Amino acid sequence: MDALMKPWPWYVAGPLIGLFVPLLLVLGNKQFGVSGSLRSLCAAMLPSKAAFLKFDWKRAGAWNIAFAAGIALGGALAVQLSGSPTPDIAAATTKAMSSLGLNAANGLLPSEVFSWSALVTVRGFVSMVVGGFLIGFGTAYAGGCTSGHGIAGLAAFQVPSLVAVIAFFAGGVFGTFVLLPMLF
Amino acid sequence: MTGPTLSPISEPRRVDGASRAPSDSIVGVGSYLLVGVVFGAILVKSEVVSWYRIQEMFRMHSFHMYGIIGSAFATAAIGIQLLKRSGTRALNGEPIVVPPKQLGRGYRYWIGGFVFGTGWALTGTCPGPLFALLGTGASVLVVVLASALLGTWSYASIRGRLPH
Repeated sequence: MDALMKPWPWYVAGPLIGLFVPLLLVLGNKQFGVSGSLRSLCAAMLPSKAAFLKFDWKRAGAWNIAFAAGIALGGALAVQLSGSPTPDIAAATTKAMSSLGLNAANGLLPSEVFSWSALVTVRGFVSMVVGGFLIGFGTAYAGGCTSGHGIAGLAAFQVPSLVAVIAFFAGGVFGTFVLLPMLF
Repeated sequence: MTGPTLSPISEPRRVDGASRAPSDSIVGVGSYLLVGVVFGAILVKSEVVSWYRIQEMFRMHSFHMYGIIGSAFATAAIGIQLLKRSGTRALNGEPIVVPPKQLGRGYRYWIGGFVFGTGWALTGTCPGPLFALLGTGASVLVVVLASALLGTWSYASIRGRLPH
């Protein structure tokens, strides 16, 4: 039980995550991925004339909405059973955080940036509202996210997924080294 | 700018397949909920949901995230090969298919990928961890989710004018 309570190392969590790809294929020929749920939620909730959102989401998208809801429940369950993790971050990252003016890493998110009161600050607004928009726009445009391209797509040796993953990291490095220092 | 390379997140064949096959039953949908619960718990226990872990990754200060993504990739690749070689069928009897993605001119992967990556760095979260974080009680992330939905909706609205 003790091992379950502690944070799980990468070599335990990674292979477990990888198993979701064959598991979903066997369960119902579903391609592992989470950003599809954003598209299904849009189709279900937002009015649109766009062809991209005109599909029978109850048939084709109910599973990924259920999957996303499950992820949220699983997050809640993990915290209930074993508490919120306080990652042991690399010293170099902690140093970089303090040079950005953030307190030493504790908890899952820097509360100076991710809180209701921070929404009215430039860095809070850009991090949450602009950042969220880019996630939704980019994953729809690229046709997948970390799980869909980075794990499932690469594992099926799909060249487009490799391109997407390279672009994900290029965007991430740009955000980290160019945008964050400007914002913070 | 529409063409055969414009296959969206769920490839048309998946939607076609879904309209041919009966839609997922309540039990079926419930099983995806359950699978999601396990996935969400793993994302928390492995700290993938941490903003700081994502910073570590982009700054290349730690192997943690690379180890997770790399070993997930390897396990998934072996799993797909085993399913293919054994001719295993899905539970509903259909042959298992992984629809091939078309690269085309690749713009959607380069540009869309870069846009998403920028958002990943700004928020410190990608779609899976976003839902998991909401579950951990980080209520302000509903703002990130609402913005992400608006982003997907906006893409849908101007999709015809974007290079793919």
